[in-house]
Amino acid sequence: MAKLIQTEEENLLAEAAKGFLSKSSPVSRLREMRDGGKSSDPDLWQEMAAAGWAGVLVPEAADGSDMGHAAAHVLARAMGRNLTVSPFLSTAVMAATLLRQFDDPATRQKLSQISAGGLTYAFALDEGAKFAPQSVEMTAEKRGNGYLLNGKKRFVVDGCEADRILVLAKSEEGLCLFDLANSNKGLTQDPLDMIDSRDAADLVFDDVEVSGEALLGEPGAGFDLLKPALEAGQAALAAETAGLAEAAFAMTTDYLKERKQFGITIGSFQALQHRAAHLCCEIELTQSAVLNAGRILDQSPNDAGLAVSVAKARATDTAQKSVQEGVQMHGGIGMTDAFDMGFYMKRARVAAEWLGDYGYHAGQVAKLRGF
Amino acid sequence: MAEVDEGRDLVAFRSGIRDWLEANCPSEMRDGAGGEEAICWGGTTWVFTCEAQKIWLERCAEVGYTVPTWPKAYGGAGLSRDEDKILKEEMQALGARSPLDSFGIWMLGPALLKFGSEEQKLQFLPPIARGEIRWCQGYSEPGAGSDLAGVQTHAADQGDSWLVNGQKIWTSYADRADWIFALLRTDREAKKHLGISFVLMDMRSKGITTRPIRLISGASPFCETFFEDVEVPKHQVVGTINRGWDVAKYLLTHEREMISNGGNVMGSGRALGAVLAEAETGQSDPVLRGEAMRAEIDSLALEMTLERYKDQAEGGQGVGDASAMLKYMGTELNKKRLELIMAADGAAALTWGETPASSWLRTKANSIEGGTSEVMLSIISRRILNLPG
Repeated sequence: MAKLIQTEEENLLAEAAKGFLSKSSPVSRLREMRDGGKSSDPDLWQEMAAAGWAGVLVPEAADGSDMGHAAAHVLARAMGRNLTVSPFLSTAVMAATLLRQFDDPATRQKLSQISAGGLTYAFALDEGAKFAPQSVEMTAEKRGNGYLLNGKKRFVVDGCEADRILVLAKSEEGLCLFDLANSNKGLTQDPLDMIDSRDAADLVFDDVEVSGEALLGEPGAGFDLLKPALEAGQAALAAETAGLAEAAFAMTTDYLKERKQFGITIGSFQALQHRAAHLCCEIELTQSAVLNAGRILDQSPNDAGLAVSVAKARATDTAQKSVQEGVQMHGGIGMTDAFDMGFYMKRARVAAEWLGDYGYHAGQVAKLRGF
Repeated sequence: MAEVDEGRDLVAFRSGIRDWLEANCPSEMRDGAGGEEAICWGGTTWVFTCEAQKIWLERCAEVGYTVPTWPKAYGGAGLSRDEDKILKEEMQALGARSPLDSFGIWMLGPALLKFGSEEQKLQFLPPIARGEIRWCQGYSEPGAGSDLAGVQTHAADQGDSWLVNGQKIWTSYADRADWIFALLRTDREAKKHLGISFVLMDMRSKGITTRPIRLISGASPFCETFFEDVEVPKHQVVGTINRGWDVAKYLLTHEREMISNGGNVMGSGRALGAVLAEAETGQSDPVLRGEAMRAEIDSLALEMTLERYKDQAEGGQGVGDASAMLKYMGTELNKKRLELIMAADGAAALTWGETPASSWLRTKANSIEGGTSEVMLSIISRRILNLPG
C-alpha cells in the first residue's frame, strides 16, 4: 500500500535535486537569461540530461531511468522552488509519457534521444485564450500517403526552441495526433514576449505537408493518445507550482522574522501571523494533493483524472495566494524588479493558465463527483 | 487507492477481514449510515437503537475492532497502521457502521496509553474498548475558554484524596457520562501552566451535578458541570501531579484531529455534488455550483492530508502540532459545506425536522470547540512557522 509520504528513495532524489539546482539553477540564472534577452537555457538542459533527469519517464529499453511520475514530481517541485527554465515538462514528462505508448524501433529511438537530451518537444494545444484541448479547428487533409495541416495554435510552451511539435488536428476521421519537425516547411513560430520570460510561441500551420508516419496511432484516436500525456503534464506542473508556492512562502516567513517596524519584527503582529498560518495550511493541503496524484499516476494511471485535477486546481490556487501574500507582506521591496518575488508571481500566473486553469480543473472535478 | 504494492501478508489480512465482516456484521448495521443518529456512544446510560447495534458492538469488542490499533492487553486488536487502514476500507466498502464512538476512544484512550500508569491502563482502557464506560471532558470553565490554562476549579490536597470545588462548562454529554476527565488547579501558587493536574472522576461521586445548555441548534449536547466538595482518590491523577497541562495538550491534538474529521461525525460527509444533485435548486445556480466545486476540491485535499499525516505519524501516535492545521481547515470547511447545503435546499432547509438546519447550526461550534480557529492559527504561527511572540 503506497503511503502518502515520500519514500527514502524520493527523499534522496529530492536532496540531490536541491543540491544540483542550488548550484546550476539559482533564481539568478533566470534573471541573467532574461537580462540577456533569451527565453531558454539549452546548456542547463544538457546538464540536467547528464544528471539523468530527461529520462525520468523513459523506459529502460530506450535508455531511460523510468523512475515514475512521483519521482518526476520530486524533480518538478525542486525546479519550481528555483524557477528553473527547462523543457522538462514538455519533453521529459509529456512527450515521454505520450511516446512510450508505442513500442516500435523509431519511437524507441526518439525516446532514447529524449533521455540523452538530444531531442525536445512542444505540445501545440490551445487555439483560444483558454485550455480546451478537444476544441480543435485546425485541419488535417488527406494528401496521398500523408496529410496537409492548416490552422493556428496559441501559447505553445517551448514552441520556438523545441525540435518537434505534437499537435491535434481534425480530419474526416476525427481528431488526429501528429508528431512533426518544428522546422517543417509552412510552419512558422511567432515568439511571444512572455511575462515569465520563458519560451512560448503562437504557431501557424500554412499548408504544412507531413508524411503518413507523422500520424501517431489510428486516425480519430488523437485525443485518447494525448490524454495520458496531458494528465502527466498537469500533475507535474502541479508539483512544480507547489514547489513555487513553498519557496515564495519561505521567503515571506523569513522576511517576517527579520523585518522590523515600530521597533519590533513584523512577524510578531497577529494580523500577519494568522495570514501566514492560513497560507501554511493551504500549502499543506496542496502538497497532499500533489503526492496523491503522483501515487495514482504510478499505480493506476487510467483512474488518475480526479487526483490530477484536484492537484492542478489546488496548486494553481495556492501558488497565486502565496505570491500575492508574498508581495503584500514584503511591502515596497516586493514590488521591485531587483527582488525575486516578482519572478515567482509571473511564473505562477503563467503556470495557472498552462494545461488548464482553476476553472477548467474544477469543472473536471465536478464532472467526476456528480455535479 | 490501488492495491498493487500490497504485500502478501496484507492481502491475506484483507481477505480475512472481509470474511470476518461478512460473517459478523448484522445487515441492519450495513446501511452506511453516518451522522449523530448512527453513533453508538456506549456507557451505562446507553439505550441501543436496535438489537443489531448491540450485537455489532459486542462482536467487534470481542476481537478488539472497536479500537483496532490499541494493544490487545487493553482491549484492542494490536493492528498496524496498514492493517487498520484495510479494516476501515473494508468496513466502508460494506457500508458498515462504526461499532462504537466515544470520547474515551478518541481522546482519553490515547492520553492514557501515553501517560497512564499500568494500573490505570488496565482499569480504564478495556471498559472503553467494550463501550461500558462513557466519558466526558472537563476542560473549559466560564473564565477559561481560549485561555484554557487559566482553569480555576480547585483540587485541595487532603492527604489520600483531593477535595474538588468549582465549575466546568461545555462538558459534552456530561448528563449521560459515567466518568469525567478534567483539568484541575492543584497548585494556586505555581505559574498557571504548572499548577494543573489531569484527574479522572466518577460522575456518580457525591457533589457532582450537571445542567444541560440549550444551543442555537435546539439540541443540548453540552452541559454545565458543578463540583461541590467532591472527594477524589489521589491515584486518579494521570501522569505527574501539577504537570497535567502536558497530558491536556497531547489529548487536545487527538481531539482536534477528531473534530477536523467532522464531515463524517456531523452527517455531512456526502459529496457536495450528490447533495446539490438532490436539491431542488442546487444545480441551477452557477455561483453556488462554483463555490461547491471549490469546497469539494478542498475537502478532497483535506482527506488526503489527513491520510498523509497519519502515514507520517509513527506507531499509532497522534499527528502532533499538525492537528492544529487539520482542525482549522477541517472545521472552517465543514462550516462552509453546511452553508452551501443550506443554500442548495433553499426554503426547504428553513424548517426544523428532517432538514440540514440543526447540523448547519451545530457546525458553528466546530471552529470554537477544542480550540478556536484563531487559537489554531496562533499555534501554527508559533510552533510550526516559528514566528516570534
